[in-house]
Amino acid sequence: MTVQKTERPPSGPTEVQTSDGGPRPGGPRRSAGRLTGVTPYLLLAPAIIVTLLLLGWPLVNNGILSFQNLNMRQFILHLTEWNGFDNYKEVLTGEDFWRVTGRSIAFTAVNVVLIMVLGTLVGLLLARLGRKMRTFLLVGLVLAWAMPVVAASTVYQWLFAQRFGVVNWVLAKIGFESMADHDWLATQYSTFFVVLLLIVWMSIPFVAINLYAATTTIPKELYEAASLDGAGAWKQFTQVTMPYLRPFLYATTFLEIIWVFKAFVQVFTINEGGPDRLTEILPVYAYIEGMGNQHFGMGAAIALLTIIILLAITSFYLRIVLKQEEDEL
Amino acid sequence: MKRSLMGRLWPNLVAVVMFVFCVFPVYWMFATAFKPTGDIIAEDPVWFPTDATFEHFKTAVNADHFWTMAGNSLIVTLLAVVFSLIIGVTAAFALARMRFKGRRGFIIGFMLAQMAPWEVMVIAIYIIVRDADMLNSLIPLTLFYMVMILPFTLLTLRGFVAAVPKELEESAMVDGCTRMQAFRRVILPLLAPGLMSTSLFGFITAWNEFPLVLVLNKEAESKTLPVWLSSFQTQFGDDWGATMAAASLFAIPILILFVFLQRRAVSGLTDGAVKG
Repeated sequence: MTVQKTERPPSGPTEVQTSDGGPRPGGPRRSAGRLTGVTPYLLLAPAIIVTLLLLGWPLVNNGILSFQNLNMRQFILHLTEWNGFDNYKEVLTGEDFWRVTGRSIAFTAVNVVLIMVLGTLVGLLLARLGRKMRTFLLVGLVLAWAMPVVAASTVYQWLFAQRFGVVNWVLAKIGFESMADHDWLATQYSTFFVVLLLIVWMSIPFVAINLYAATTTIPKELYEAASLDGAGAWKQFTQVTMPYLRPFLYATTFLEIIWVFKAFVQVFTINEGGPDRLTEILPVYAYIEGMGNQHFGMGAAIALLTIIILLAITSFYLRIVLKQEEDEL
Repeated sequence: MKRSLMGRLWPNLVAVVMFVFCVFPVYWMFATAFKPTGDIIAEDPVWFPTDATFEHFKTAVNADHFWTMAGNSLIVTLLAVVFSLIIGVTAAFALARMRFKGRRGFIIGFMLAQMAPWEVMVIAIYIIVRDADMLNSLIPLTLFYMVMILPFTLLTLRGFVAAVPKELEESAMVDGCTRMQAFRRVILPLLAPGLMSTSLFGFITAWNEFPLVLVLNKEAESKTLPVWLSSFQTQFGDDWGATMAAASLFAIPILILFVFLQRRAVSGLTDGAVKG
């Protein structure tokens, strides 16, 4: 509060002033340049401190735990037993981890492809509809979007319930008599199918509505110019619409990859990773090993490996975001 | 002529199918919640609850600890949102309006924080909270939810602050306001819509959070509604009427918020989530 006058702040490192390429000539820019010193850091401090404390510390702690032999006994007695890379050795040489990793990647891929394809199609559809019909569909999308995850997964359990579930009833009615009492959560693939449907259902609105919003920003002149050049509908789509939407599709795809990869809640609430742990994806696997079976150190190692995989994906995404940010600053 | 009719018909048809796909689960939840049990376990589904009953809602509300957990959810969520708004708006102001060393680094840092793998860190968080002797307390939940929603709040608000013309602030300062006063009297009121929409998204995130509370708060008195709902489902197993009533009760606040939010939803999310 003491720092903001129209004069140069009395304290604070002077190089801050010149950090953006030296002192600026007069005018309004200059006054912007003067609003430096410690103030911005003070304003940022609470946000940075709580983030480092509550996000950074668990991350570091996770790393520390992953080098410990921490099971029920050590946990209760508050013992710290270091065991070096043993957890990692065990995880990486075992079959389970690789199986779950492969499953996670396949699961993410199938989900994201479906979400992006269907979401994009619905987004383009929104752009083509008349005003009334568009509002109608938007309302539907928003309703699906707004459903809380745990509520939605409870509803999906009811839709796919073995007895009196409406899905089985419909399937039986349209000729699949054997489906009348089908237990969807009894096998790996059918459980995954229910989870997949749940995730796709929840995710389409985000992609579709955002994509539609993006299409509304495409300048009409581009289409006019294209049709003057004799481009047909398909050509206009590939030459105008798609290139315009591309950055947007990239960003959305990466977000969906990250979200689906971490889809703990959906998998866990539908069937807790079962039957026989066959639908565990990495976050669920880490949780069941760590919390469920009380191999905390082992769970932490799996968690860290999961984070590394996630970072590899994220870094790719971040580079795109970074570029955008550069253009803007 | 015929072709253009078909050309107009098809998108509308697909739109109707898509609408049904989106809405049916939501509809089925509410419909089941209002149906008498006899209708729920009828041989053929009853598509519309003609004899609507509040029986199932009574079961849900009277279930153990419903009100405690609803209160917990509300307290934790509101506090997390308010704290992250206070912390977020000051930081957003700095990031949007000031030039200083490391500014870009901070922005990138918060973008990274926004993608934090909370779902994977539950074990580490559990150990930390246990060592702090804070299991079954609402305090750690509030703090973690605050940090969970902070990056989004902050980055989105940065966009809103940047959209306020600098001249407004400058002219207020020419009129003798300090920077803080200019911020409070001129910018903050203009930020109201931004604060609204970011806090609604924060509310939704915190209201929905499941893994952390599942792990940290095992005692009934300290749980929140998502955990209540998932355990309710296990407990009431085949009582789908009560389960759907419970799910409805949990979903209604969010559905209502989303109606308010709808207009802002698109730009808010694209700015906040996709871009940063």
